[in-house]
Amino acid sequence: MEPLVHFSASGVPLRLANVNTDQLFPARFIKKPRGVGYAQYLFHDIRRNKEGSLLDSFPLNQTRYHNSKILIGGANFGSGSSREGAVYALFDAGFRVIIAPSFGEIFAANCLKNGVLATCLSEEQIASIQQTLADSDDLTMVVNIPSQTLTMSSGILFNLRLDTFQKQCLIQGLNEIDLSLTFSKEIDMFEKSYRAIFPWTQA
Amino acid sequence: MAKTLFEKIWSTHVVAERDEETLLYVDRVLLQENSFHAFDKIRREKRTVRNPQQTFAFSDHYVPTRNREAGLNGIADPEIRHMIELITSDTTAHDIELFGIEHRFQGILHVVGPEYGITQPGLIIAGADSHTSTHGALGAYAFGIGSSEVAHVLSTQSLWRTKPKTFHVLVNGTRRAGVSSKDIVLKLIKAIGSGGAVGYAVEYAGSTIDSMSVEARMTVCNMSIEAGARAGLMAPNQRVIDYIQGKPMAPKGESFELAKKYWQTLKSDPGCSFDLSLELNAATIQPQVTWGTNPEMVADVSGSVPDPLQEVNIEKQVRMQRALDYMGLNANQTIRSIKPDRVFIGSCTNSRIEDLRAAAAIFADQTCRIETMIVPGSQQVKRAAEAEGLHEIFERAGAEWLAPGCSMCVGINGDKLAPGQRAASTSNRNFEGRQGQGGRTHLVSPAMAAAAAITGQFEDVSQYPEAHTWNL
Ligand code: SF4
Repeated sequence: MEPLVHFSASGVPLRLANVNTDQLFPARFIKKPRGVGYAQYLFHDIRRNKEGSLLDSFPLNQTRYHNSKILIGGANFGSGSSREGAVYALFDAGFRVIIAPSFGEIFAANCLKNGVLATCLSEEQIASIQQTLADSDDLTMVVNIPSQTLTMSSGILFNLRLDTFQKQCLIQGLNEIDLSLTFSKEIDMFEKSYRAIFPWTQA
Repeated sequence: MAKTLFEKIWSTHVVAERDEETLLYVDRVLLQENSFHAFDKIRREKRTVRNPQQTFAFSDHYVPTRNREAGLNGIADPEIRHMIELITSDTTAHDIELFGIEHRFQGILHVVGPEYGITQPGLIIAGADSHTSTHGALGAYAFGIGSSEVAHVLSTQSLWRTKPKTFHVLVNGTRRAGVSSKDIVLKLIKAIGSGGAVGYAVEYAGSTIDSMSVEARMTVCNMSIEAGARAGLMAPNQRVIDYIQGKPMAPKGESFELAKKYWQTLKSDPGCSFDLSLELNAATIQPQVTWGTNPEMVADVSGSVPDPLQEVNIEKQVRMQRALDYMGLNANQTIRSIKPDRVFIGSCTNSRIEDLRAAAAIFADQTCRIETMIVPGSQQVKRAAEAEGLHEIFERAGAEWLAPGCSMCVGINGDKLAPGQRAASTSNRNFEGRQGQGGRTHLVSPAMAAAAAITGQFEDVSQYPEAHTWNL
């Protein structure tokens, strides 16, 4: 996975709670191979009206936010289905950082596996960032993973929560399977004793 | 020290620990057609599947519900056909058992797992689908994962996990006749909100849960994810143990006795502590109908659509208004005044034999007023229903009796709502566009859906004389 160390981009506010993965990436596109590029499917239906034209009211459709690559979302962002396509769509559209008051758990895990930082700030902090992004001219935000900070163009700084291992994975762009395979011996040993205690569990 | 059911399962699966995370051994992996990204990753990174015999795959999301006799040739859309071919070739390549389109036990992964004996108490089950929480009804710790983690668990038979907090949901009291487990879980989601259980493993207990059939328990655990919980679980009682005995993959003979002894220890110890608790009184619960675009937007069948203007929280108010606009409803209109155009009885939430029995009790000698699809959860459910003659009741009423699969729950096999169409649906998600772009979904129990098919509206099925015969 691509390392993520410093990320500087403009932010886009999405003031909507409970954005689910069906909204991020509608189910009918899941069968598309990744090679086609998933950016075109990001928020496909909610950014359009019934006739299929782009809604001006949807932030990402506004010129102001065209180049935004940091998404500031609402509570329970990415709830619903486990489809990782929702993260592929964000990634393919250039988003490497998503910040929200809370996340759907499977979505948050999927983000980290793809080198996308999904991290929480409080409702109040999110509201203030969203307000800034609505009002100010400079939408630049800088995310620094080693120091775990988010800095606004005004200089205001937020501390980000990140667990030690995830942080290391993001910075080094590690392949988690390779890392886990270094535990092969432990897995073998565990399996052996587990099967001795719970012999019926062996399929 | 007194332990919770969850802690007992967790602690028997710890392979290694690092920082905040634990490497957990996974007993069973469940896959479906959308797992192709995981197989791509395995191929790209040249990995092998460590324990194929602990992995099971299912053709369910894309299979057609009509013209199944024609097999693959019955699928007109090449992209859909390709998905079924892909899971077939990927599982063959890695020696993984596939409950494929022509398998005698084909069906929705969360229906087949328990009925085939793949799901057992005390196991850790990881599924390529968020509703893997369903399997917790048998006392397993079961959760959904995305494709990167599927590739990880296929390669290592384990997953890194941060320990979730525990949430104890007690449901006590005698349900009114006609009030199903679906109504209970919808009421719970309303109470705590669709993000209310994020970060928690929910353990359900109490007299109401204990008296439920195994199928009804599954409905509750299934929708735990709709409250944000990755997993829901219940201590296996005697009914669960009896249910498992004799299933094709259940332990047999002495092995079963040994397993049983262990399963009986799988319950939270008296005096153990949970991070959060909540109690629901089942006696006060009415049949539920969702009015919005999230399962927490739900009302009693005797109630009405709420008025956003009465909501003090502005953000919530906007969300409610957006939902009403999408759903084409007015504030304060009664739930009974909503007129669905279609009915869908199916999905991993409500497509088991008991669900079909409850629906059939309502369909008997009646005629559907609106287009109605009935999709059993598996071939086995289909056979059982046909042996009881339920299909004749459905067909006489004018409902379509179809072949097993996810069907219109997610609409990706081609069964879907037209834009603006309104469905009474026994599935689990009423998200915008979930059952077809522009489609409008009202989540209800099977009995409520059947009543909607007959009357063309939402009726309080607890008033029906046959209601006392259901145990859902
Ligand atoms: S029935 Fe619906 S919710 Fe269940 S596995 Fe299939 S698509 Fe998912």
